Amino acid sequence: MERKAAVANPIEQFEIKPLIDIDVGGYNLAFTNSSLMMVAAVVLATAFLTLSVSSRSLIPGRLQSLSELMYEFISGLLRENVGSKGRAYFPFIFTLFVFVLLGNVMGLFPYAFTFTSHVIVTFGLAAVVFIGVTVIGFAKHGLGYFRMFLPHGVPVFIAPVLVPVEMISYLSRPVSLSVRLFANMTAGHIMLTVLGGFVISLGGMYVVPGVVPLAFMTAVTVLEIGIAMLQAYVFTALSCIYLHDAIHMH
Amino acid sequence: MDIESAKLIGAGLAAIGVIGAGVGVGSVWSSLIAAVGRNPAAKPNVELYAWIGFAVTEAIALYALVISLLILFK
Repeated sequence: MERKAAVANPIEQFEIKPLIDIDVGGYNLAFTNSSLMMVAAVVLATAFLTLSVSSRSLIPGRLQSLSELMYEFISGLLRENVGSKGRAYFPFIFTLFVFVLLGNVMGLFPYAFTFTSHVIVTFGLAAVVFIGVTVIGFAKHGLGYFRMFLPHGVPVFIAPVLVPVEMISYLSRPVSLSVRLFANMTAGHIMLTVLGGFVISLGGMYVVPGVVPLAFMTAVTVLEIGIAMLQAYVFTALSCIYLHDAIHMH
Repeated sequence: MDIESAKLIGAGLAAIGVIGAGVGVGSVWSSLIAAVGRNPAAKPNVELYAWIGFAVTEAIALYALVISLLILFK
């Protein structure tokens, strides 16, 4: 029996495998398993959101209720954090939320790939939020946006200490946003793989000892589903908070 | 000391950082419980912040975990 394959390497599941190789002028633009999951997330989201409200009834049925709940949830989040000016940013925030949510949750299925477990994906999303928020801040306040780093009513003599600290904290926003999401997803999936390895190695010969890690694995999977949804919500909520900071300064 | 043992020791030391998450998350939930205990009607107001606080605090533990994994697998 192949004893080597009994304990899976936990890092292997994050490998990006090209499905269709596309080479454009020396750049590798292959269609990978990550791209496949992203396309699947977009197709699933579009299909669900358009088909569930296709009946457009005034009193919603179950599916339409789900869509309306999601809409209300994000709309409430934006209204609470940004106020009435936030309505212009609703499509972006909603897309961000649904994309990250589907990315996290779809990865929990067997043999599926979590595209949000790669820091380049989450950093891309966080960079869009950061650059967008900064541009919005400068567009709305001009050079007064630099007041972000020295809030009103702060005595001037601590400015040399406060401004660098505030700048570093401002610049660390995309980093923290992206690493929080990617680290949560990666850690969760690694834990699941390691536990799965324990189930196989403990339960391989005699089935009963394998039940204990299996029960723990079930609990961890439930936790991971919760964390997947929570991390999507936190990503979106923090983006709304940064948007609030940009539109109404502090 | 060869590089492999150094990696293992380094990864183990880096993982100590998750202690901060234990303290932090415990603090967040304890404040939530105290607040809801004093004023049960305030629960919907504070509940959402408890979840955001938990996720943001947990993130710091995961930074430590990421460094530990980086040391171990790079």
